[in-house]
Amino acid sequence: MTPLQMFAEVVIGGLMTGLMYSLVALGFVLIYKASTAFNFAQGAMVFFGAATVVGFAELGVPFWFSVLLAVGVMILLGVVTERVVMRPLVGQHEITLFMATIGLAFVVEGLAQLLWGVEVRRMDLGIPDVPIEWILTNTGLLITQFDFFAATVAAVLVGTLAVVFSRTKVGRGLRAVADDHGAALATGIPLQRIWMMVWAVAGIIALVAGMLWASRAGVQFALVFLALKALPVLIIGGFTSVPGVIVAGLLVGVAERMFEVYVGSPILGGGTEAWFPFIFAILFLLVRPEGLFGEKIIRRV
Amino acid sequence: MNDRRGGNVVLQVENISLAFGGVKALTDVSFDVREGEIRAIIGPNGAGKSSMLNVINGVYHPQQGRITLRGEVRSRMDTHRAAEQGIARTFQNIALFKGMSVLDNVMTGRNLKIRSSFLLQALWWGPAQREEVEQRRKAEEVIEFLGIQHVRKTPVARLPYGLQKRVELARALAAEPQILLLDEPMAGMNVEEKQDMCRFILNANQEFGTTIVLIEHDMGVVMDISDRVVVLDYGRKIGDGTPDVVRNDQTVIDAYLGVAH
Amino acid sequence: MFYRETGNFRASYAQDARIFPLALDRVAILVLLALAVLVVPSFASNWLLMAILIPWLILSLAAIGQNIITGYTGQLSIGSAGFMAVGAFACFNFMLRIDGMPFLLAVLLAGLTTALVGVAFGLPSLRVRGLYLAVATLAAQFFIVWTLENVGWFTNYDPAGVMTAQPMVILGYHFASPAEKYLLVLAIVALLALAAKNMARSNIGRSWMAVRDMDVAAEVVGFRLMRTKLMAFAISSFYCGVAGALFAFAYLGTVEPSAFSILLSFQTLFMVIIGGLATILGSFLGAGFILLLPIFLAIFFDFVTGGVFDKALLSAFEVLLFGAFIIFFLIVEPHGLARLWQVAKERLRLWPFPH
Repeated sequence: MTPLQMFAEVVIGGLMTGLMYSLVALGFVLIYKASTAFNFAQGAMVFFGAATVVGFAELGVPFWFSVLLAVGVMILLGVVTERVVMRPLVGQHEITLFMATIGLAFVVEGLAQLLWGVEVRRMDLGIPDVPIEWILTNTGLLITQFDFFAATVAAVLVGTLAVVFSRTKVGRGLRAVADDHGAALATGIPLQRIWMMVWAVAGIIALVAGMLWASRAGVQFALVFLALKALPVLIIGGFTSVPGVIVAGLLVGVAERMFEVYVGSPILGGGTEAWFPFIFAILFLLVRPEGLFGEKIIRRV
Repeated sequence: MNDRRGGNVVLQVENISLAFGGVKALTDVSFDVREGEIRAIIGPNGAGKSSMLNVINGVYHPQQGRITLRGEVRSRMDTHRAAEQGIARTFQNIALFKGMSVLDNVMTGRNLKIRSSFLLQALWWGPAQREEVEQRRKAEEVIEFLGIQHVRKTPVARLPYGLQKRVELARALAAEPQILLLDEPMAGMNVEEKQDMCRFILNANQEFGTTIVLIEHDMGVVMDISDRVVVLDYGRKIGDGTPDVVRNDQTVIDAYLGVAH
Repeated sequence: MFYRETGNFRASYAQDARIFPLALDRVAILVLLALAVLVVPSFASNWLLMAILIPWLILSLAAIGQNIITGYTGQLSIGSAGFMAVGAFACFNFMLRIDGMPFLLAVLLAGLTTALVGVAFGLPSLRVRGLYLAVATLAAQFFIVWTLENVGWFTNYDPAGVMTAQPMVILGYHFASPAEKYLLVLAIVALLALAAKNMARSNIGRSWMAVRDMDVAAEVVGFRLMRTKLMAFAISSFYCGVAGALFAFAYLGTVEPSAFSILLSFQTLFMVIIGGLATILGSFLGAGFILLLPIFLAIFFDFVTGGVFDKALLSAFEVLLFGAFIIFFLIVEPHGLARLWQVAKERLRLWPFPH
């Protein structure tokens, strides 16, 4: 394999991982946009979603019905979260909300393990992880059918969200809520309903991300740490920008992979993915504190 | 009314322009403040009065213009430099430290007077302890001056609005400032509270010789206690002089009555 | 009736500024300390000392460090375990590589080293706020642990990566038995807790709280934002570093990176949330709560299921319960156990009257 081919593979591998990060980060952005709360529990929800699907499937429920049930469960989880955790804390310090979601993350993790057990399980979506022949023969690159599937799903999801945000009434309402709760209320926008919708959608995104990720890596507790990786993505992309988060996710995925392959493994002994995205984000922050597309906030005193 | 109109110029702003994105808050504003006087800044809502104070104090940085403070010319003020130079202020929306008590808030006003290192503070020993007690004494003087002894240990978030305003004034006075910037100190107060606040401001000015720059909407108060007045409208200066002069200026009257211009 | 404020006159500001203005409080704390020093070592079992009291004291110290940066200064830090690791390894290396290094000096140097590392990672906070800072501390956590695991120099090129901590010897006296370790840890923690309390009620403490409550106003009053935040980071890291050194030397007996995982960072954060943000007492109460809850849960489960339960299920339930407590405290009593204690004391002051 030529160095160029190797490079291309590293980049593509990084893009795939980055896509996952973007998906998880997307859930964060949604919730942040609507309620300026940073939902630390997003990662736990990813794990919960995947575990629920597999859990139902193991009980004998047909696979796609399991998925449907899981969607229902995630929506329920989102709604309950909004009601029980977020609503009582409305108006509090940002950090308080964040800490509440850390608590929430623990609750969701614990719940997932209590309900569905702690062993690692396999998730089979029925899409084989085999290389796409014509790409392999023409360019020598290894892109599997699954990669393609995941990329498509993610793209469709992101595209749908982007359209919903900018074109529909619901999307406009969401943006209004994100800007100013009081004003949104004053114009008759149903705040509570929008919040519940947002949390439900975030739950669904988490489910999708969980299923995609778990197909590769299995349904295991480590999925929870995916959330932590999404943080640098949010930093770099800006907390409020959907396109920013996509770009940032891909960027982080590629950068992380390239660093590990070219520097981490040969020189530093490997395992640099544990910390690289975070250091990358810090360095990025030093140069551009509001991220790629984030808004510069002017505070009036 | 006092006669301290003849002091030296202690603060001067020249050609200050300030914009936020496309919004022009201040355009080419110039005026001076003399030592020991009470200078009022008035104008309709949105005229840029708070922005002007923020520029003086270093919270906002103007795109153009200069600030001369006691002879030192700068194009922008640093917030803590302003504090070191003896400028203290209160805010329109109370900027108290909500997590602390009244006493602690007032003590923060004394912070620039405290010299001991954190290590000595950690030991609560010798010079650090004496200094803390001494600063407490000074803070208590201000607390007494403003009549808030009875709530000194109360967390400020629990106090009614009027008392919070007084605590903010206490914090500002605790710094023994040379120039005091007050942003609508009487907003939201009833007649009695306003009279009290007026009395405090006048006392501060007369007893301590503090120069005061005051934003206020209540014309009665402005006319009564200020020595000179600056009038702003849509970010520009449209009047400058003693209260009588300004009161009779047609441009000022038009601005307040909303005559199109 | 017994616990009251009447008769306690403060005749000077110095008296009013005391940590325990009420005479009865002062007596109580002295009695408590006397018990802790004189009675406990003789009567407490080794298990109680090694498994409960010593880790409680050490974790309380780490919680104080966490409280300084998160409770007092309002900066969210999720890297305390990483800083504890720095302290542990620094102490180990100072004692290993410098002949005749006294233990206490090594601990002090370890704390100072950690302070420097804390400042380095705290520098990003100067340009960014709130949640962004959490990422910087996460970076610290992961990077530090990875470095200690992968850069052999820190572990003295030990193949297993786990070193035995050197014995704690002060002025020739070897602190080896649980009771001796307990007294040493008690002394260090008590002194540092006192120092923290002193700082909290002095100007530096006010500078932290001002930055937490409204940084613009803090600057207007003359506090320097950068200096205040960096001081908070440095001092907080110092406390975590000392706690880490004690954790390795007086509790675990080994120096290994895996003891300082991100889970421990979350635990210290939970300690200060549940115990009470911006209180020294809260750090102790929170640490105790976090430490004791798993034990009580295990006992409870044992009792309910008659000794037959799944370990993994228990730990899952623990995780769930911790999260639930966090949410509960944040909603119901954001000032944590310390506030509940305060409320209880106030009721006691009025007892037996209702109000």
